[in-house]
Amino acid sequence: MTLMTKFLSASAALALTAGAAMADPAVLFDLGGKFDKSFNESAFNGAQRWAEETGGSFNEVEIQSDAQREQAIRRFAEAGNNPIVMAGFSWASALGEVAADYPDTKFQIIDMVVDAPNVRSIVFAEEQGSYLVGVAAAMASETGTVGFIGGMDIPLIRNFACGYVQGVLAANPDATVIANMTGTTPAAWNDPVKGSELTLAQISQGADVVYAAAGGTGVGVLQTAADEGILSIGVDSNQNYLHPGMVLTSMLKRVDNAVYDALMAGDALEAGFNVMDLANGGVGYALDEHNEALITDEMKAALDAASAGIESGAIMVHNYNTDEACPVYDF
Amino acid sequence: MEKMPQWADVVLVPLVSLLLASIISAFVILAIGESPWAALKLMVNGALGSSYGWGYTLYYATNFMFTGLAVAVAFHARMFNIGGEGQAILGGLGVALVCLYIPWPHWSLALIGATLGAALFGAAWALIPAFLQAKRGSHIVITTIMFNFIAAALLNYLLVNQLKAPGMEPATPKFAQATHLPSFQDMFSFGDTVLFRGTPANVAFFVAVLACIAVWVLIWKTRLGYEIRAFGHSESAAKYAGISPTKIIVVSMLISGGLAGMMAVNNVMGEAERLVLNAVEGAGFIGIAVALMGRSHPFGVFLAAILFGFLYQGGAELALWTSIPREMIVVIQALVIMFTGALDNMVRAPLEKAFIAFSKSHAKAEG
Repeated sequence: MTLMTKFLSASAALALTAGAAMADPAVLFDLGGKFDKSFNESAFNGAQRWAEETGGSFNEVEIQSDAQREQAIRRFAEAGNNPIVMAGFSWASALGEVAADYPDTKFQIIDMVVDAPNVRSIVFAEEQGSYLVGVAAAMASETGTVGFIGGMDIPLIRNFACGYVQGVLAANPDATVIANMTGTTPAAWNDPVKGSELTLAQISQGADVVYAAAGGTGVGVLQTAADEGILSIGVDSNQNYLHPGMVLTSMLKRVDNAVYDALMAGDALEAGFNVMDLANGGVGYALDEHNEALITDEMKAALDAASAGIESGAIMVHNYNTDEACPVYDF
Repeated sequence: MEKMPQWADVVLVPLVSLLLASIISAFVILAIGESPWAALKLMVNGALGSSYGWGYTLYYATNFMFTGLAVAVAFHARMFNIGGEGQAILGGLGVALVCLYIPWPHWSLALIGATLGAALFGAAWALIPAFLQAKRGSHIVITTIMFNFIAAALLNYLLVNQLKAPGMEPATPKFAQATHLPSFQDMFSFGDTVLFRGTPANVAFFVAVLACIAVWVLIWKTRLGYEIRAFGHSESAAKYAGISPTKIIVVSMLISGGLAGMMAVNNVMGEAERLVLNAVEGAGFIGIAVALMGRSHPFGVFLAAILFGFLYQGGAELALWTSIPREMIVVIQALVIMFTGALDNMVRAPLEKAFIAFSKSHAKAEG
């Protein structure tokens, strides 16, 4: 009997949550899942921060297959969720088809552009943030060889790598950059063991600073770099705290802010195309108590100069996606 | 020697396995503080309760039918083709090339062309492991799984460098409108009643059903099928009867790879209408469970594929409507695979014993 009551109350609770979905915002995560220690998790943190500050609640889903994208967007739109925030470029084609069917719902897509009157598109200038950590890497390196470890060989990661190499060469034109990709399947975003192996391989080639842009794989990169006594650079969120004194800095990509701002705006979310870059705080590098001893005054001055140069337009960091080519690195 | 009746073998064993899997799943759901009954209701309603649910269930089932048949055909020749994933990736490449570079006048012609392209590419990807097995004795399990990674790497390379559409996403451009396959919504909606709204199920489902029938005919009604089965039962006996092992290994793997490749007609041409990275999404591996559960019989594969389609779509509904985390849904799906595939004998052996004991006592009572 008590078991039965438990079932009944649980199904009632289920029905209630489904009903309460009205007007709440929804956050749709990509295939990596919301605890990928990287991009999706950053989006999740932004939504969490909004929920804690406002006491509101949001609906969410972690999809398992590409076929679920359209399904998920439609489901949340039909349930009255507004705005609906999508993390990841893979949502673009589904959103492009669905957005027009729900003109009263506001959508936000991160990392891709969808041109529709009710869609806000946000892209990040990853090349600018990567440029800065590239400058820091080149100045911190004693061997003149620095490493880059990406997740998969896709245009997004090539843009990270290209910005990084530009920064490295700006600070030290004679530097060598070794770049490796972790894999060719989505498992590459969550393969710390492979990340660790690649780090060891790069160390044996002389690298003494390694930049990881590979999601959960980066955890292995940072760990191995710390174990082997070289410096590493984190990505997306501030990962300096993982190995205090061993992580030179982290390239910040404030996906959390993009989600937070969208949820704050609610259904007044403004449609259109937005670039989150250095000037508006969308990207940057992390400086906190864990790495302040590593960032020398000379380095700080160089980073400030580079930031000012990028913001004023004096330094043009090439974006890989504009012409699908990198002037300083051949993929 | 006594055996249990056929209906028990085909129906009862999977059902009992399924029941055991659901009981353990219920405990898992209970343990995380959700109601198993509500979860089950949500899954059944979401996957089978409306034409919308069926539209997704049958879409997934179509994928699993192709990969399940692929594994089943190889099983009959006692080969374990776990390269369905890679063969389906290559099938996708075949479909993409056929759809992108040939100006098709009508979808029906495009469907035939794409099916051939998919089968050809999938079969070609299975040819090398088959040849290595037949001629060099390299184990097919090792080579096919390695070919999965090579296929993923090849697709990644092509999508980033050669076939990429403008933009950041590693994907081909969208296929021409003429290659659009009629979806269930296009086919079964009359007047104001719109059925299967927005669902990805499409005409490829019927191709899969045809493939089931064709495999049945091939395995049980043709000389080649007889040779494949004979080889699978005993290689030395088959050799003695004048059946060439090389021929059987290569031919059955070609058919297997072709079937796995044909999955792309559903997911690449029917659903996405462009080729993306990771288009197969593990369907190649699910095919192994489907073939095991379906006892390598096309009709069994058909039913098992629909069951797995139900699990996928029902799992998606759970993810959309409850706070049951995605990982738990994978656990539930894995439990079903484990019980129906790996632990098959755990259910079969006691059932068999029970049947034999029953028929013996029955015989005694009559005698």
